[in-house]
Amino acid sequence: MRHIISILLENEAGALSRVAGLFSARGYNIETLTVAPTEDMSLSRLTIVTSGSDEIIEQITKQLNKLIDVIKVVDLSEAAHIERELMLIKVRATGKDREEMKRMADIFRGRIIDVTEATYVIELTGSGSKLDSFIQAIDADLILETVRTGVSGIGRGDRVLKV
Amino acid sequence: MTMMTGAEIVIRCLQEEKVDYVFGYPGGSVLHIYDELFKQDKVKHILVRHEQAAVHAADAFSRSTQRVGVAMVTSGPGATNAVTGIATAYMDSIPLVVISGQVPTTYIGQDAFQECDTVGITRPCVKHNFLVKDVRDLAATIKKAFYIASTGRPGPVVVDVPKDITAAKCKFEYPAEVKLRSYNPVIKGHSGQIKKAIQLLLGAKRPMIYTGGGVILSNASEQLTRLTRLLGFPITNTLMGLGAYPGTDRLFLGMPGMHGTVEANMAMQNCDVLLAIGTRFDDRVIGNPENFATVPRKIIHVDIDPSSISKRVRVDVPIVGNVQDVLDEMIRLLEVEQDKKDISDWWSEIEGWRARQCMNYAMKDAIMPQYVIEQLWEITGGDAIITSDVGQHQMWAAQYYKFDKPRRWLNSGGLGTMGVGLPYAIGAAFANPDRQVACVTGDGSIQMCIQELSTAKQFGLPIKIINLNNRYLGMVRQWQEMFYSRRYSQTYMDSIPDFVKLAEAYGHVGIRVDKPEDVVPALKKAFIDHKDDLVFLDIRTAREANVFPMVAAGKGLSEMVLADENL
Repeated sequence: MRHIISILLENEAGALSRVAGLFSARGYNIETLTVAPTEDMSLSRLTIVTSGSDEIIEQITKQLNKLIDVIKVVDLSEAAHIERELMLIKVRATGKDREEMKRMADIFRGRIIDVTEATYVIELTGSGSKLDSFIQAIDADLILETVRTGVSGIGRGDRVLKV
Repeated sequence: MTMMTGAEIVIRCLQEEKVDYVFGYPGGSVLHIYDELFKQDKVKHILVRHEQAAVHAADAFSRSTQRVGVAMVTSGPGATNAVTGIATAYMDSIPLVVISGQVPTTYIGQDAFQECDTVGITRPCVKHNFLVKDVRDLAATIKKAFYIASTGRPGPVVVDVPKDITAAKCKFEYPAEVKLRSYNPVIKGHSGQIKKAIQLLLGAKRPMIYTGGGVILSNASEQLTRLTRLLGFPITNTLMGLGAYPGTDRLFLGMPGMHGTVEANMAMQNCDVLLAIGTRFDDRVIGNPENFATVPRKIIHVDIDPSSISKRVRVDVPIVGNVQDVLDEMIRLLEVEQDKKDISDWWSEIEGWRARQCMNYAMKDAIMPQYVIEQLWEITGGDAIITSDVGQHQMWAAQYYKFDKPRRWLNSGGLGTMGVGLPYAIGAAFANPDRQVACVTGDGSIQMCIQELSTAKQFGLPIKIINLNNRYLGMVRQWQEMFYSRRYSQTYMDSIPDFVKLAEAYGHVGIRVDKPEDVVPALKKAFIDHKDDLVFLDIRTAREANVFPMVAAGKGLSEMVLADENL
């Protein structure tokens, strides 16, 4: 099962490697990882997408909580939540493909943010699976480069992850 | 407030923490600190011969007293040599503060002389670590280190101090207490869960108590003994938990696990309610978890670390809390509770297993190692601090020395580090000057930290070394005999030193023992005639003696091989 785990941790040197090191040392899997400081600069918010049985996810949560730098851990996927990921994708845009790319970007509500005679850079936001669909929907030979941020998530409604 | 250098601050902090011994080894990056050590006499420094031994000795100091052990090493190789000691302490949850020197902050990352990423290298084997980048943070960081090491599930904490920080000056103020928003260990157990546990225990027809090192770490032996006697239940202590319940008591079934007794393993396997306290269902204790889970028993698990609960075995009643507090609460409830079930049928079943007398061994012409341990128990009145290394001798010491009290048995249970025995004896001797300290070791293990005979000489420590010398790496050889058709690959030691001469070269007393009838006289010589000397007893034991019972790796607890089936 895929899980989105949100972590609030001390914004200190080495804190990220404690989290990443825990995953590799215990053989847990990281699909994506994003991290940045919050509105309180002493805190970082980290989102990890991982997968595993209920037992493994329980262990991941407990082991994360054991790290001294970790303040709070929440499995976002346990309740209603929103997830978003940003992708920048550079595609070849020449001849008839140029019009087609513009159309596909519109359909997926992407934005073209850089234009040259032969290429576009398209910015696309959505769930991870939406970004996957976009990649599948266009001709693979036209993709020059992709860069994805990894998933960020937040709980719906009153659910808040705060100190 | 006076201005102090970082080096002065380090020493002042140790004084504030009432540290009386630091085990260490000097070097370039810690020169300022060693200079400050020199100028005072409250904190005594014990110079070892290898940094690994410094950490082991600090670890044993803690194991035998419950206080935080302190080690000090220099940067680079000093720190990397300390890693084995730190990992050993981490696996057994021993509170340590290790202060390591580091190259100056401006050199970090430049591949400077004796530079290594100490914080990075030790990260996976510490409870927490710090790199101090500003002298103004130094005192608070050391305070945090002691606090983190000794609270919750204890563990080692490394404080890496760059050399320029030890020269920089600031005002010294030692914080009275620390609070960390991200670290709040749970102490009291959930009262509803404790009540549920009591109901399960009182309704049990085939109950069993299984406890580990957590009981000793939490100083809860008294509570455990009281609880067990109130209930009248059978009890087993793991390798790390020996001495938490009196080993000579009738309710005690011996150690469980790979080399556990028939009665302990069969009771673990066949009980209907298992009360697990401060223990972690390790693979050496429960064997194959799938086999263990085939029995529909109810499990109550008390532990301060939530991640230990339901890690290897599903638990029915988890209780997160400090063992001592939880046991106090359980005793309080039991004292007012009504009658429990009659378990005499269960006891007669257990007595049947006990009657198998699985610890019996046959005396031979050669010295049997089990016999040596029994005689060691006799001559020390069962009350010495026994340290061991890792291997067959470790198991025999655990099986045949009946520990009645906690903090008498010091060994590397989790990491299984060969070489700890002698430095453990050194640490224990400093912490317990009035108690007999014996190191049970083997011809393989003792050579891994043999240089510490020099440390023992320097400080006049009257340690007794019981070297069960079988001229083999015995435990590996035993596995090769049982599972590799006797192909003794690299387990024969064909050039071991003359240990008697070696002991003498270090200025100690060495005695060689070859015959069974010489064992007791030699022990008397060591413990009585040479009471105040370090004595190295090199005891030539039966070469191919094996440790039984044995549960092969990956098997279930009831699939034991016994000695007489194998003779």
